Amino acid sequence: MAPRTSAKICGMGHSMKRKEDPRFLQGKGNYIDDFTRPGMLWLDIVRSPIAYGKIVNIDTSKALEIDGVLAVLTGKDLEAYNLHWMPTLMSDTQMVLPTDTVMYQAQEVAGVIATSRYAAADGVAAVEVEYEAMTPVMDPFKALEDDAPVLRTDKEGQEDNLIWHWEAGDKEATDKIFDEADVVVREKMHVPRIHVASIETCGCLADFNPVEGHLTVYMTTQAPHAIRTVLALVAGHVGLSEEKIRVVSPDIGGGFGGKVPVYPGYVIAIAASVVLGKPVKWIEDRMENLQADSFARDYHMDAEVAADASGKIRALRIKTLADHGYADAQAAPSKFPAGLFSICTGSYDMENAYAEVDAVYTNKPPGGVAYRCSFRVTEAVHCLERIVDTLAHKVGKDPAQLREENFIPKEAFPYHSPLGWEYDSGDYQAAMDKAKEMIGYDDLRREQAEKRERGELMGIGVCSFTEVLGAGPSKDFDILGIKMFDSAEVRVHPTGKAIARFGTKSQGQGHETTYAQIIAEELGLPAAHVQVEEGDTDTAPYGLGTYASRSTPTAGAAGVMAARQIREKAAKIAAHLLEVGEEDLEWEPGTFSVKGAPDKSVSIQDCAFAAYTNLPEGMEPGMEATNYYDPPNLTFPFGTYICVVDIDRGTGEVSVRRFVAVDDCGNIINPMIVQGQIHGGLTQGLGPALYEEMTYDEDGNNLAGSFMDYLVPTAVETPAWETGHTVTPSPHHPLGAKGVGESATVGAPPAIANAVVDALAHLGVTHMEIPIRPDRVWGVLNARGVAK
Amino acid sequence: MARHNVTVTVNGEAHTREVDSRLLLVHLIRDELALTGTHIGCDTTHCGACTVLVDGVPTKSCTVLAVQADGAEIGTVEGLAGADGMNALQEGFMQEHGLQCGFCTPGMLMTGTALLAANANPSEAEIREAISGNLCRCTGYVNIVKAVQYAAAKTAADGAGEDN
Repeated sequence: MAPRTSAKICGMGHSMKRKEDPRFLQGKGNYIDDFTRPGMLWLDIVRSPIAYGKIVNIDTSKALEIDGVLAVLTGKDLEAYNLHWMPTLMSDTQMVLPTDTVMYQAQEVAGVIATSRYAAADGVAAVEVEYEAMTPVMDPFKALEDDAPVLRTDKEGQEDNLIWHWEAGDKEATDKIFDEADVVVREKMHVPRIHVASIETCGCLADFNPVEGHLTVYMTTQAPHAIRTVLALVAGHVGLSEEKIRVVSPDIGGGFGGKVPVYPGYVIAIAASVVLGKPVKWIEDRMENLQADSFARDYHMDAEVAADASGKIRALRIKTLADHGYADAQAAPSKFPAGLFSICTGSYDMENAYAEVDAVYTNKPPGGVAYRCSFRVTEAVHCLERIVDTLAHKVGKDPAQLREENFIPKEAFPYHSPLGWEYDSGDYQAAMDKAKEMIGYDDLRREQAEKRERGELMGIGVCSFTEVLGAGPSKDFDILGIKMFDSAEVRVHPTGKAIARFGTKSQGQGHETTYAQIIAEELGLPAAHVQVEEGDTDTAPYGLGTYASRSTPTAGAAGVMAARQIREKAAKIAAHLLEVGEEDLEWEPGTFSVKGAPDKSVSIQDCAFAAYTNLPEGMEPGMEATNYYDPPNLTFPFGTYICVVDIDRGTGEVSVRRFVAVDDCGNIINPMIVQGQIHGGLTQGLGPALYEEMTYDEDGNNLAGSFMDYLVPTAVETPAWETGHTVTPSPHHPLGAKGVGESATVGAPPAIANAVVDALAHLGVTHMEIPIRPDRVWGVLNARGVAK
Repeated sequence: MARHNVTVTVNGEAHTREVDSRLLLVHLIRDELALTGTHIGCDTTHCGACTVLVDGVPTKSCTVLAVQADGAEIGTVEGLAGADGMNALQEGFMQEHGLQCGFCTPGMLMTGTALLAANANPSEAEIREAISGNLCRCTGYVNIVKAVQYAAAKTAADGAGEDN
């Protein structure tokens, strides 16, 4: 679609270069570790070497002898202020610092406060903690056995390790379809524990002013307003009052969901600043980040599909075990303990479905976060897209064809899914057609057949996902009771320049550019003249933050609505200036002109100036508006991804030769940025598909606690992604946009896994667990006598 | 702890500091010299966010001691271009959308600078190999490769222009 605005205005559809880039490219970003304050102290954290055990004694005396070490805070110290526990965003509880028991390896045990980074680290090494180790529960299935020790003895009434049971759908009706179906396929699959591993770790600078009773926290958070409210709620009893708390989220070096939760380190730093009356900085290192911060995924799924003999899907049934570790510390909307997992019927029309999830406690770090995922959508899509391939294999159909025969047809939108969603819009066949054409699907199938004759292993994987984004409508969506609206405040200055502030927080998505383009689209001001600000709770309007691809669907929409209010006022001013009635005006982006007399016109800048200098009688001066946008529905982007892999029979290594991603995210604000989001998401799908997994041994030791063992893709493994688009606007979003940040992370893993299984299908392989490491593939090849 | 006088020339400017034996070069650069464009992303020389040039060689400054850099010429992101703008490589990153959160970017720029100094016209495979010690979680690398190619092409075109 051609942009409606000129290149000068640079509204929607222009690949505007990013306004934030020059500072990042010149080393002038403002990330958390770049902040400093006079008299600033450092926090470093003593962490548990064991996964489960009693704390017998904490001896801080040697640490306190070190030059520069000022204090060591333990759970007992925090207990005096009743700050040793905190709520999670899912109304569970977790320790800030323990008073008697450690529940996972790398758990925070004590905080050392010192005058320098190095002295604090020395102090950590000198704190002597005596533990009495206990046998940890690491296997989530064993955690539910009758003889498993109850881990959360701190929780009254907790008699086992089950956190909650969740289910959706009509079990009876679904079971009936399974009983009578021609074909039933089943796969057990694990979407393993992974980590966002943003290149910037987490940290904060807590600065409590004891004279004013005012706390400023500079903090790596994706949701600064929510954090402010949480701080006021949990620390109100020690005098922190919400009007005296300012949370500033500076430039963020990657978030991906990992910077939504409140980690104990933040709270210890704040407590230390309050107790000592000095600014305290905490910056975690990479090993702390990987070993202690929230994980993602860890869903063990047992999935079944019922179909007729031709492969027409009739029903889906999934039983899931979710390993949450020590606490349910995920960041999901309150009413959705299993997130939006019920999107699991995906792109396919079926009669019924039933999904259930049991969440359990184990001795692993708490979580899990929605890593570049709108709350468990990644797990749901992986499960469905894998088992659809199993069905295709079973009924002897090409996996693309089987998908096409089961797609929800475009005329069926708005579509009501069996598990209760109303999909806003879609044209799944169009995305499939485009992906097949881009990659040359039929030629690849011929090549594969030839290679198979020669004994070479090549696979083609297809995934046609449906995402659910933009949480969300207030009737269903809240976090700790706060409705999941988002907000924008737009002020146009007398000279026709503007500042726009939002309740979200960019972590690399480019909001300073795309939000400016949204305002430009609606007001006709050049995007270059719109300054965008986020992340400072003292200035930005209240919002729930950036995650779950919600920025464009919620805050972006709020920006549109605020700009439209301003345009309505500008129209009145234009009528006044042109001495005509409002109904006699025409609007072209940036200009009001008189119908039939186009040379009689005023610019939006003229109107802005008049708003402060030459108002119609009775009009309130100024030109600004604020909007809190409560979306009427979620948005449902979709796409088809096709992947080609080659497998080395000698090593079992999988190489992604080509990967075509066709996405439909509705109307596009900035094509360059959308493509960048897809590239990044695909790479964060490649990682868990082939390399990344956070593993533990039976004693609870983390086996992937640094970048030596936690393998994120480098430029060498990552293929040259190929992207394409179809455009099916959202009917309810004011710009017809849907959001895009997470589609690729969701869609890529099953496409890659399906390609590997496809390469091995003739050997009788129907499933491979991710990450599909070389040893796993080689084991399969060796067992079938085809390893070289 | 022993203290040492260390002199480093950073982006052409000489600095002498008395430092602890154990002070990491990255902390000398960030905390002592207040050049915060160089970042820290891991502790094990894997992510490359801390990459600087030490006598022209891309070096991960989180695992080099400041005393080891005594007498060295160090290049950081702040020294790539003058106050008036950006050089061809920085411009390439902006034009090709080779950065998102920007945290890995300074390291990528320094590695790219060293690559282009050694190889004015690198292939895609050579670029990917060169930046394989610099992790990026946002971009998927495709546009970083294009950014380096942009800089190579622009520098070649500018050079051709000067020859004429």
